Amino acid sequence: MLRFVVRRGISAALLLAGITVLTFFLLNLFSSEVPRRILGEAAGPEQLTLKAQEIGLDRPLVERFIDWAGRAIQGDLGRSWFTGETVVQALGSRLTVTLTLIVCTIVVAGVIAVVLGIASAVRGGWVDKVVQVLGVIGLAVPSFLIALALVTVFAIQLRLLPAIGYVPITTSVTGWMLALLLPVTALAIDIVASIAQQIRGSMVDSLQRDYVRTLRSRGLSNAEIVYKHVLRNAAGPALSVLALKFVGLLSGAVIVEQVFALPGLGQVAVQSTARGDIPLVMGIVIVTAMIVVIVNLVIDIVQVWLNPKVRLS
Amino acid sequence: MSESPPLLSVDSLVVEYPAKGILTRPFRALDQVSISIGTGETLGLVGESGSGKTTLGRAVLGLAPVASGSVMFAGTEISHAGRRQRRSLSRELQVVFQDPYSSLNPSLTVGEILAEPLSVQGVSKVDARARVKELLDKVRLPSDAANRLPREFSGGQRQRVAIARALALSPKLIVCDEPVSALDLSTQAKVLDLFLQIQRDTGVSYLFVSHDLDVVRHVSHRVAVLYRGEIVEEGPATRVTERPEHPYTQRLLLASPVPDPDAQAQRRAHRKGLAVQRQEQEH
Amino acid sequence: MTTLEANNSLLPMGQGSLWKRVKRDPLALMSLGLLVFVALAAVLGPFLVPHDPNQASLGSVLAPPSAEHLLGGDTAGRDILARLLYASRYSLLGALIALGTALILGVTGGLIAGYYPGWFDGVSSWLTDLIMALPGVIVLLAARAVIGPSMWWSMFIFGIILAPSFFRLVRSLVHGVRDELYVDAAKVSGVSDFSIVFRHVLTVVRAPIIIQMSMVSVIAIAVQAGLEFLGVGDMTIPTWGSMLNEAYSKIYIAPQGLIWPGAMIAITCSALVLLASAMRDALERSRGASRSRRRKRGPAAGNTRLTSTSVSESTRSVETPESSALEVIDLQVAYDDEAGRITTVVHDVSFSVARGEVVGLIGESGSGKTQTAFSALRLLPAGGSIIRGQVRWKGRDLAALSEKDMEGIRGTQIAYVPQEPMSNLDPSFTIGSQLMTPLRRRLGLSRADARARSLDLLDRVGIPNPKRTFEAYPHEVSGGMAQRILIAGAVSCDPELLIADEPTSSLDVTVQADVLDLLRDLQQERNLGILLVTHSFGVVADICDRVAVMQQGRIVEDGPVRTILRRPAHDYTRSLLAAMLQGREPLSMLTDTGEEGTHE
Repeated sequence: MLRFVVRRGISAALLLAGITVLTFFLLNLFSSEVPRRILGEAAGPEQLTLKAQEIGLDRPLVERFIDWAGRAIQGDLGRSWFTGETVVQALGSRLTVTLTLIVCTIVVAGVIAVVLGIASAVRGGWVDKVVQVLGVIGLAVPSFLIALALVTVFAIQLRLLPAIGYVPITTSVTGWMLALLLPVTALAIDIVASIAQQIRGSMVDSLQRDYVRTLRSRGLSNAEIVYKHVLRNAAGPALSVLALKFVGLLSGAVIVEQVFALPGLGQVAVQSTARGDIPLVMGIVIVTAMIVVIVNLVIDIVQVWLNPKVRLS
Repeated sequence: MSESPPLLSVDSLVVEYPAKGILTRPFRALDQVSISIGTGETLGLVGESGSGKTTLGRAVLGLAPVASGSVMFAGTEISHAGRRQRRSLSRELQVVFQDPYSSLNPSLTVGEILAEPLSVQGVSKVDARARVKELLDKVRLPSDAANRLPREFSGGQRQRVAIARALALSPKLIVCDEPVSALDLSTQAKVLDLFLQIQRDTGVSYLFVSHDLDVVRHVSHRVAVLYRGEIVEEGPATRVTERPEHPYTQRLLLASPVPDPDAQAQRRAHRKGLAVQRQEQEH
Repeated sequence: MTTLEANNSLLPMGQGSLWKRVKRDPLALMSLGLLVFVALAAVLGPFLVPHDPNQASLGSVLAPPSAEHLLGGDTAGRDILARLLYASRYSLLGALIALGTALILGVTGGLIAGYYPGWFDGVSSWLTDLIMALPGVIVLLAARAVIGPSMWWSMFIFGIILAPSFFRLVRSLVHGVRDELYVDAAKVSGVSDFSIVFRHVLTVVRAPIIIQMSMVSVIAIAVQAGLEFLGVGDMTIPTWGSMLNEAYSKIYIAPQGLIWPGAMIAITCSALVLLASAMRDALERSRGASRSRRRKRGPAAGNTRLTSTSVSESTRSVETPESSALEVIDLQVAYDDEAGRITTVVHDVSFSVARGEVVGLIGESGSGKTQTAFSALRLLPAGGSIIRGQVRWKGRDLAALSEKDMEGIRGTQIAYVPQEPMSNLDPSFTIGSQLMTPLRRRLGLSRADARARSLDLLDRVGIPNPKRTFEAYPHEVSGGMAQRILIAGAVSCDPELLIADEPTSSLDVTVQADVLDLLRDLQQERNLGILLVTHSFGVVADICDRVAVMQQGRIVEDGPVRTILRRPAHDYTRSLLAAMLQGREPLSMLTDTGEEGTHE
């Protein structure tokens, strides 16, 4: 088990290194225009050269990368070219908002999905239908479109909930919950549907396995077989789906944040990319990639714990 | 048949499968194995799972990684033959696999399956169609089978299709990898008869791989016994399968039950006696 | 043998039959119709409307629908219909670019990586992991920082980001095909790699790729709209996303502006999703069909013979001894399939197993022997049920018992030894925990007692190192060991009767002999009754006292083992024994020239 964790940890680190190198070089490919963009049309050639020197554009790319990477390892991701703020500062509070949104979505979606999935596998009937309909909506309608619909109905028409804005949990717990209710709903539908469907599918599949018959032949109750053996074997595939969906969830969150004007990563991402603020963009890519890689690592480890056979492959 | 040079001779063959990790050793599936098969002869290859019997057949066919040793077919070294050499070789060397379900592509018709080896050799469509008809007749399948899909046939019939595919180019040697082990008893008898009939008609040689001593005894002239990648005994079929000399072959023989309660009780007692002896020797 | 007639609804998947099935699904047809409509609107629409999508006129600001402006005007006074049609064109074109890029990269990469294990596989799989760790929208935003607001470039880059979904799908499918024996057979015939991929591999991956295409299109449309909605796209061309963006900024004035572009996205994507799920259903149904044929000894006896066998064996003389423990009387088992057809697989079967007696149930595949055995435990697979007859056990009819009462009988009175050792142990639990659970639940043992008892049992069935095996997972033991463990589990709660379904069929002969010895010893030790399902006369001779021969769901003959094996009365038994190889002249014909291969 430990060997497995170490091995996966190393490959995750390698992956992150690869992403870093690739992103850095691709982002800095066309950075010669940057001084002009920062200083505006009025700036003269001397000012431009000075600015280029200031942000280090005059040095070779490889040297800049080594420099950047060396500091990144110590937790310093550089400074914004435009505001002078450090990248870590700029991202810090935004990240909290985005992560809160994502974690809430996963928790809410996970609980609902497990309940729905089990119910539709074991009972079928109307639960099954609900899951199927949710599946079509979740897959077909992008989360920001659902968010727009929710805003229009609940905030604009019915005036039940705040349309925009974020309330930190430290200020008001209910305010925080109300602010998150619509965005979490918008993001969760797809996750609920796909995980519930996966749980349903793999539970139905597991129920037909030979070992289930053998367990029944030992006189174990149906409930014990379903909730202990079948569910555990169905959990693995469901987690894989979550791992796949997680990246999409981040993408969705970036857009949905804009709908609700939540001060998260999405906002800073849109601003910085529109300006071409490369250090900030770089920071955003690395931080999000890191989140994804870590989440995948954790899911991998849980998978092994759930099904020891995975360790072999 | 021992006078003329053998059709197939395998000499000191070693097959190793590369290991998964970098530090683990490769898995040696066959160790210094030598066999030979004459024209019109059947060599039975018997062993249990993991003995390497299937690997030996696959090595002859170029489907297993040969680490060292040689495989000579009709005087030519083929252990590392490329696809081009295989193509010309396929006219003389063919295969029938164990699983009649996965050895036929489910989305091709029987006619297309049988025509595949022909078209590789450049046989025209018209000639191929005639040949397919002939082949179906030979394996006693109705001629309208050509237009049907494998799934419309039973296990035994599919195995006949696989045999017909092997026969398409009138080969000199067919590697038969457990060709009847997935079949029911009565179907097995019919398919074995077909193998024998084809040999009588065409003089083809077989390398007949099986885990079943009875099957191997019935179809083989000579029998080789594989155990953990090595040949432990080889000789005339009836001698090896009825009066084995090597302890492993003896165990194998005594472990396969006979369909009579009293004879089986005797065999069982004999087997247990041997086991006790073996244990005493070990101590 | 069994059902030979081709069931047309179960033909294998080529493209043709996928289409044929989808054609019969009204929802899928409707989706397809919608997609065609949207596509036509995108292609032809701009030629049909008279207005320029970017031309604003003050008089048309928020104009209601009229003959001039069919959908009215937007907040800037532009014709909504014109904008919508142009937007459809650009949005779909953008999605197509992403789809095409992903398809070309992913499919070719997947084919190569799947077929040739080696450096390319390693490198491309790593790149795939890398791309999949990056959130698409973030990457596209970053790309915009470098190359500026170009929808075409964005969608091309998004195509690269989407490529892994095809790559992984194709690679794993090709992996599966590569190990199929028909690919080996093609290699032996000298077929080139290119032809193998073209003929054998592409036919398998085609349908899944088409399904994946519609799902990827959905994502492409969604992300493209999302980007434009963020307002970082090219503002000079109308798209669904940019229309949403404009409408959202005026949501307090005119929320209705969201409706049209939103509806277009929702309708197009829903149609794609519904189509994909219809195709997937069609594919899975046919896969399922071929898999159930592969799975040996499922319910298979033909429903076609019902009429021909009405003659029936008049003398079903089953002596029912006083001591008899299990008594099956006139058992009839049937399956109903999705179409509601009922197939009877066991007809009027009667037999009995007394305490301390070993009764063999022998037959070929599809004879109904396993179904009969499952009935005794009431463990028939889904769809199967006992439709007539009784299973008498200690004065009760098990066929009529409630599921709860049946649970009280399984394990402690009647236990089961399965056929495939590996698939009958739960891979996620240790062997010890799987042995202990029934002991604790059924016999009420404490954890420590259950553990001690389990270790004793493992020792009793001949496991060399019980403690280690107790802590091991099923995949860490061999097949022979697993079968011993399953036997230990079967006898753990002191049953009186074992139902053993081909307990040695998947084992090597030397292991089979040992396992039979173990069964015999346990049977004598505990005075067990055993109902042993098998296809081997050797196994019957080895362990059975009596034997019943089954053919096509009926018992054709039963009696003491010596009588049946030495003086079989029924033709079928004789023909089975005649097919045995022992004692036959080697290299001689076994059947009368083996004619009529069609009737196997």
